[in-house]
Amino acid sequence: MPATVDTKEQVEALAKRRYAFGFSTDIEMDQAPKGLSEDTIRFISAKKFEPSWMLEWRFKAFARWQKMTEPHWAKLSYPPIDYQDAYYYAAPKSDSDRPENLDEVDPKLLATYTKLGIPLREQELLAGVKNARPVAIDAVFDSVSVATTFKKTLAEGGVIFCPISEAIRDYPELVQKYLGSVVPVSDNYFACLNSAVFTDGSFVYIPKGVHCPMELSTYFRINAENTGQFERTLIVVEDGGYVSYLEGCTAPQRDKNQLHAAVVELVAMDDAEIKYSTVQNWYPGDEQGRGGIYNFVTKRGLCSGRRAKIMWTQVETGSAITWKYPGCILKGDDSVGEFYSVAITNNRQQADTGTKMLHLGKNTRSRIIAKGISAGHADQTYRGAVTVAAGAHGAKNFTQCDSLLIGNQCGAHTVPYITAKNPNSEIEHEASTSKISEDKLFYCRQRGIPEEVAVGIIVNGFCREVMQTLPMEFAVEAQKLVSISLEGSIG
Amino acid sequence: MLEIHDFQVSVQDQPILRGIDLNVPDGEVHAIMGPNGSGKSTLCYALSGRDGYEVFAGSAMLGEVDLLELEPEDRASAGLFLAFQYPIEVPGVTMTTFLREALNAQRRYRGEEPVAPMEFVQLMRQAAGTIGLNPEMLKRQVNVGFSGGEKKRNEMLQMAVLKPSLVVMDETDSGLDIDALKEVSHGVNRLRDQGRSFLLITHYQRLLDYITPDRVHVLAGGRIVDSGDASLALTLEANGYTDYQLSAA
Ligand SMILES: Nc1ncnc2c1ncn2[C@@H]1O[C@H](COP(=O)(O)OP(=O)(O)OP(=O)(O)O)[C@@H](O)[C@H]1O
Ligand SMILES: [Mg+2]
Repeated sequence: MPATVDTKEQVEALAKRRYAFGFSTDIEMDQAPKGLSEDTIRFISAKKFEPSWMLEWRFKAFARWQKMTEPHWAKLSYPPIDYQDAYYYAAPKSDSDRPENLDEVDPKLLATYTKLGIPLREQELLAGVKNARPVAIDAVFDSVSVATTFKKTLAEGGVIFCPISEAIRDYPELVQKYLGSVVPVSDNYFACLNSAVFTDGSFVYIPKGVHCPMELSTYFRINAENTGQFERTLIVVEDGGYVSYLEGCTAPQRDKNQLHAAVVELVAMDDAEIKYSTVQNWYPGDEQGRGGIYNFVTKRGLCSGRRAKIMWTQVETGSAITWKYPGCILKGDDSVGEFYSVAITNNRQQADTGTKMLHLGKNTRSRIIAKGISAGHADQTYRGAVTVAAGAHGAKNFTQCDSLLIGNQCGAHTVPYITAKNPNSEIEHEASTSKISEDKLFYCRQRGIPEEVAVGIIVNGFCREVMQTLPMEFAVEAQKLVSISLEGSIG
Repeated sequence: MLEIHDFQVSVQDQPILRGIDLNVPDGEVHAIMGPNGSGKSTLCYALSGRDGYEVFAGSAMLGEVDLLELEPEDRASAGLFLAFQYPIEVPGVTMTTFLREALNAQRRYRGEEPVAPMEFVQLMRQAAGTIGLNPEMLKRQVNVGFSGGEKKRNEMLQMAVLKPSLVVMDETDSGLDIDALKEVSHGVNRLRDQGRSFLLITHYQRLLDYITPDRVHVLAGGRIVDSGDASLALTLEANGYTDYQLSAA
């Protein structure tokens, strides 16, 4: 009957839509010479008009990095990365003197962001959804920030939201004070590499007592071929301040792997609160595992003040390889760290992800909710470290770690590291592994819900606790993404 | 409405239904009674297309639609609704989301636009009213933490929202309290008046006190061994299935 044909066509259309952001923009680029050397670093630093202290900092990092070896403790397998066979800087030519106003931004770039569903013109943003709160956006294209919206509105409240390259020039004292203060230069191989060659990312500064009036968001787009993206983000919130920040990421569909090595540092003072959400949708590679982004990321927040709170939420659906452990250093007494994660791996994707919670202050609390979904031939590991230092009287941690498997060829692993040096602390760990059961699927289908949609609904139900922590503006998108990422995983 | 002919089903290579003939015309209610393990739920699942229930002979038509050609979701969209004997929990998915997805999937199948948000809210409230469910339940996750009776009522709520043309109720009355039984029966009778058909599977006459069936069939040993009018149920209540089991064996 014709009705079934319709349904099949719809399903096929859905399957084709699987990675909707795989297009690339044909735009004239300004690129650093291939390979990694002091010259490359000098090139980047010059492009960014950096002061000499920044260049020195990069050189030191580079010297350290050359003495380090790539870590291989994660449960990931990939061919050796040739760090000399890549570009470390690429920027649209038209952007070489960064336009002050959107009308001067290359229309091709604006069109790219419109196609990605990210309107950069403030009026379009406002005109978009009725009653929706505006979101301020910093758009990073390969190695440069091409536009930052609502800067003026934010500045009225004293909030600084700008590309980090700009902050290095305009707010050197702040950057010098905090850059590398949470993730030291030589923290790990990838963070060290980032410190040497980072290109752009966002800088956020929330002054004392200011509740940031809108969501801040950075949108990372990798476009250039064979080019690594080295994002660097720094967020500092003074006493009693609040900010909610979201980052999104996409990349074109290409056969060759590309490297994304980011460092994100958060600092929260007394009673400050930072909510950091990520919707990671880098190109995951194809069904056979060709291409895709290698995502090696170091994200860490320091609750330096009393009662400070940092909350990480991540929805990781993209990348061929994910290596990522956003964590919190709970230094201030009564400070709180939370980590909510949904990681989805399909086809040949691999993810080794989790969190690190380090309890230093008294009565510090941490909460970890990690939901892993594996389908196809994908492999996923939750790796979490909870450490309670000797002085952290009354520290409490709760960890819940659930895995959902779709099909028989994927894997899920849980590796919790727990160290408690204080006898007055409480650490609780729960874990479960389950499958999408036939009875749930049949129940949905008997109500008319097609199988693929049913999988999406059931998985979104499984992730609900995490999805609920996302800012409302992004929750719906994230739910759609979860469903789309799993298309083709059944039957 | 529903026409089943020589319907034979096996589960894990074991023949369970050995040739069922059944004809439920528009607007009629047929009851199926029979001993435990005689194949009543198997009939429900095989009609709905559940994996593992292999129809190896016979036919099943819902109006002009050949059910056996369709995927389970398309059978549902074609108008077949199964009220489960043991409703399934779907954690993290609210009743509202679940029903909206179901309704819109069925509308999409029929080439209709998705339901408007306000219209949907109204529809849910109305349905909850008819079935006697607290509308607050709609905010909860599908069947999670519902009592046995609430789960059964919830099946009826879904029926009232989806408005199928054929409802198969697998022991919906088991576990219902007296008030619930009345409310569920009331809901069924209202839909029946709109020309919808029902296949009621039950072990008890008390449901049939509220919903008078047009026909009653006895299923034993994978066959329909007797059929009659509403009075057959009363005879069964008095005598049990001993006679049939002997003849079926
Ligand atoms: N999945 C299965 N695996 C093995 N046997 C099954 C399966 N499903 C049904 N059967 C068998 O088929 C027969 C019919 O079962 P069915 O559930 O249809 O009975 P029923 O008439 O609904 O019984 P009740 O009144 O107890 O609900 C039983 O013997 C049962 O054990
Ligand atoms: Mg049964």
